[in-house]
Amino acid sequence: MIESFTSLGKYTIAALQEIGRVSIFVFRSVRCCFYPPFFLKELWRQMLAVGFYSLPIVGLTAIFAGMVLALQMHVGFTRFNAEGAIATVVVISITRELGPVFAGLMVAGRLGSAIAAEIGSMRVSEQIDALLTLRVDPLKFLVAPRIIAGLLMLPFLVLIADIIGVMGGFLVSTTLLDFSVGSYIAQTVKNLEIMDVLSGLAKASAFGFCISAFGCYHGFFSDLGARGVGRATTSAVVSSCIGVLVLNYLLTALFFGI
Amino acid sequence: MSKIIFQDVHKSFEDGQKVLNGVSLEIENAETHIILGRSGCGKSVLLKCLLGIFPINTGNILVDGLSVKNKHDYGNYIKKFSILFQGNALFDSMTVVENVEFGIKQVRRDSSKIIRSIAEEKLLSVGLEKRVFDLYPAEISGGMQKRAALARAIAIEPDILLFDEPTSGLDPITGGIICNLLKDTVKKLGVTSLTITHDLKVAQFLSDRASLLNKGQVVWTGHTGEMKNCQNDFVREFYNASDVISRK
Repeated sequence: MIESFTSLGKYTIAALQEIGRVSIFVFRSVRCCFYPPFFLKELWRQMLAVGFYSLPIVGLTAIFAGMVLALQMHVGFTRFNAEGAIATVVVISITRELGPVFAGLMVAGRLGSAIAAEIGSMRVSEQIDALLTLRVDPLKFLVAPRIIAGLLMLPFLVLIADIIGVMGGFLVSTTLLDFSVGSYIAQTVKNLEIMDVLSGLAKASAFGFCISAFGCYHGFFSDLGARGVGRATTSAVVSSCIGVLVLNYLLTALFFGI
Repeated sequence: MSKIIFQDVHKSFEDGQKVLNGVSLEIENAETHIILGRSGCGKSVLLKCLLGIFPINTGNILVDGLSVKNKHDYGNYIKKFSILFQGNALFDSMTVVENVEFGIKQVRRDSSKIIRSIAEEKLLSVGLEKRVFDLYPAEISGGMQKRAALARAIAIEPDILLFDEPTSGLDPITGGIICNLLKDTVKKLGVTSLTITHDLKVAQFLSDRASLLNKGQVVWTGHTGEMKNCQNDFVREFYNASDVISRK
């Protein structure tokens, strides 16, 4: 009995220590975003990595999400003779939920791992120590640009994912489900509210921050050696994905007053 | 030129592993000092403690009176150093010339044209050809990487140059060329230098004053030529082993 409590206590303390370490790391990194020097070239490189190079995978996910959603809604709604609501459901689902969450998860897989692997390798090859000896704060050079890029570029990605996802639903509905082009577009535009899009973009920004912060944290404190970097990469992806899902629930509850 | 003083430095890690066990050592202004020792004896940890990368548990390290423990003055403390890392530590995402420029930009506020010309001059001074300037570190050989890392290290005009196993991973000919280059560079700049190596031949070539580290302590300091006749068991064992290897 005592042993169980002892191990529970140990796990609790270890978990609290980890939360404390992440919080301090994120706080110090965010603080670095606000005072010079700013490494604009590095920021641009990271913005390209998040916003441009993630576009194909996010676009592909979004178009299939939209297409599948239209098909599934058609199956469900024909049971209630409510096929006319397909366009509305597709656009609201994509902008509020599927666009941000799918983009967040895809970017967590692609970018979270890349950030952790790159920074972890820099730790192993002493490049982070080299930054220190060149009078450069590694948090400023490595972490701040990635956090800013995640924060700014994920909403941009999600906006494009929203458009592509809605286009997917439109393609399936007008080619396979006998919707007329005009009525589908009219339904889509009529029932879409600006809050639907903005809430999705705000979520995306929070996801971008979370993915970059976890990727950087795990890379920065990765154990030495290839195994350590591998473990850091896995941890970064897992914690980023969990972060995205938890944040998604919290922000949905916040935005829609549940 | 700077004076380095290690005062009874102790360092152990979170897992309880004791690495430095009371290191005391003085390195004079403009001295070229070598720290010798077996693999795993704490040489690289000592170097990282000197740089403040690893915090020391007890004791102190002073450089021109500045303490590594004084966090408020760490900026001025670290400014004195430049290091050639064992694995070179060139930034993968930058070309060779950008690596050197990056270092210079942190210490000078000149136009990018001037910074580029300084970087190119430093790269030429370590014997690199212009054709490699715009290549990435992964695209050049180990010897070239070592030269590029040395150019980056000297470009920030430090008071103290640190070399961590400068010939590791290089063939004997390239290693010899790099050793010559390091010796010439230190002589030309007139800086204090500290080299970490396990290779007695490298130590004898680069300097005549060295310290031998064993089990986290300095067990011997003196001229490399005196090692042969030293009565300390470990010093003799180390010398004889090195001698046997070089004769073989």
